[in-house]
Amino acid sequence: MSALVHLDRISMVYGRGVSSVRAIEEVSLDIAKGEFIAVVGPSGCGKSSLMRLISGLHPPLAGILTVEGNPVKGPLKSVGMAFQNSNLLPWRNALENVLLPLEIVEPHRSRIRTERKQYREKAIKLLEAVGLAGFTEKHPWELSGGMQQRTSICRALIHEPDILMLDEPFGALDAFTREELWCTLRDLQAARGVTVMLVTHDLREAVFLADTVYVMSSRPGRIVKRCEVKIARPRDLEVTYTPEFQEIVHELRHLIGRGGEGAH
Amino acid sequence: MERREFLIKVVSPATFTVTLFVLWELACRIFKIPLTILPSAMDVFGALWQYREPIADNSFVTLWTTLAGFAIATAFGLLLGIAVGWHRAIYAGIYPVLVGFNSIPKVAVVPVLVLWFGIGEVPAIMTAFLISFFPIVVNVATGLATTEPELEDVLRALGASKLDIMKKVGIPRSLPYFFGSLKVAITLAFVGTVVSETVGANKGIGKLMLDAQSAFQVPIVFAGLLVLAFLGIVLYAMTALIEQRFTGWAFRGQANR
Repeated sequence: MSALVHLDRISMVYGRGVSSVRAIEEVSLDIAKGEFIAVVGPSGCGKSSLMRLISGLHPPLAGILTVEGNPVKGPLKSVGMAFQNSNLLPWRNALENVLLPLEIVEPHRSRIRTERKQYREKAIKLLEAVGLAGFTEKHPWELSGGMQQRTSICRALIHEPDILMLDEPFGALDAFTREELWCTLRDLQAARGVTVMLVTHDLREAVFLADTVYVMSSRPGRIVKRCEVKIARPRDLEVTYTPEFQEIVHELRHLIGRGGEGAH
Repeated sequence: MERREFLIKVVSPATFTVTLFVLWELACRIFKIPLTILPSAMDVFGALWQYREPIADNSFVTLWTTLAGFAIATAFGLLLGIAVGWHRAIYAGIYPVLVGFNSIPKVAVVPVLVLWFGIGEVPAIMTAFLISFFPIVVNVATGLATTEPELEDVLRALGASKLDIMKKVGIPRSLPYFFGSLKVAITLAFVGTVVSETVGANKGIGKLMLDAQSAFQVPIVFAGLLVLAFLGIVLYAMTALIEQRFTGWAFRGQANR
């Protein structure tokens, strides 16, 4: 397995001097190409910081971070991001929102004017793949929360990034919509073979979707456990009711409980 | 539904306005208020008709100087707003000076402007500009400053420059604030022009009212006030229409949330 992302004893702080906050402490992990990893942990444990770090949006304080063997010095461009809040631009319809990254990232940026039609078709296909056929011309306020989130994920994928970073993307959705979107994401990842890093506090979500689950401790975040999920793919939602699945979830829950020093 | 809309949007304001004029007329008649204190509505409308030519003439001057000052304020306010919203250092540097400048009553500036540019339209245009650019600056800067940090992350991770983020997100996002501020700015510009005209000008509604006042032609003074109110409504409605036209998404978005 060749590592796409490699972190070696990475530490990261926010701010400077006395007011600085240690967000991440000595985190080491590898993400293979095409791997689906999930990072779980109590809130404020630096999960999101880890994402910002790997995207090159925030530099590490110490340690080595490479992507495809190259040290990360700035924003990666080969990354697509989606957050809990879909952050769609209200003045653009779903299709135009999905096209946004292409207007920024090279080489699409210089091509989009002349090849707008091809790019539109590509975006429409992607939107259809997540079940939004017929909603491409709708504006964000005309879409349900789940649809907005699907659009947001399409926006993160349109420029065919090497890594898809998702920060609690389904956190604000109801349970049924969330499970529906799990399946959408599962199928997207299977079809495209994209490397995914999912930050979540939903353990069932992590175990259902990921190949490898990392458990982080509360701040400063350290990785306390690496857990490979050996459930065969493709996984059906039914799998979440099997004893095997429950056992993994239970074990992870136990770890987080201990990591929180019995706070709850 | 259509009928209801019509009642609310047309019949209701019309009834209210007419009632106001009728009450004014009645009050003047019942309490026998002298013409030199408060002319009745009929007197004022009479004056408006009788002196329609000089009034129209002077209204035109007031209108175009207001629009000229407003246009300069819009361009300048937009540019300064973008600069202020661009970076926190610029914001911190410029803001206190802006607030200080805005606190100076503009009436106090008019004599200086007259000194520099002489009696005429230029001081009026300048006053309209000086009084009305501030809300535009503040609103544009606010719109830019409220860009979601996560959205900025999404774009920065793609290698977007600050200019890219401004063009794709910041500026469109601040448009509702910008157009909202135009409604405030146009009324302020109008105030600025008239204030300047009453201090140092040779034309304009302000000047007309000043002359009428010194000649004790009180109905003309009130006719001037009526014209000012009417022009104010027209200018406000125009900017409100432009706002609706360009940032309909902001209103629709809120209505459904």
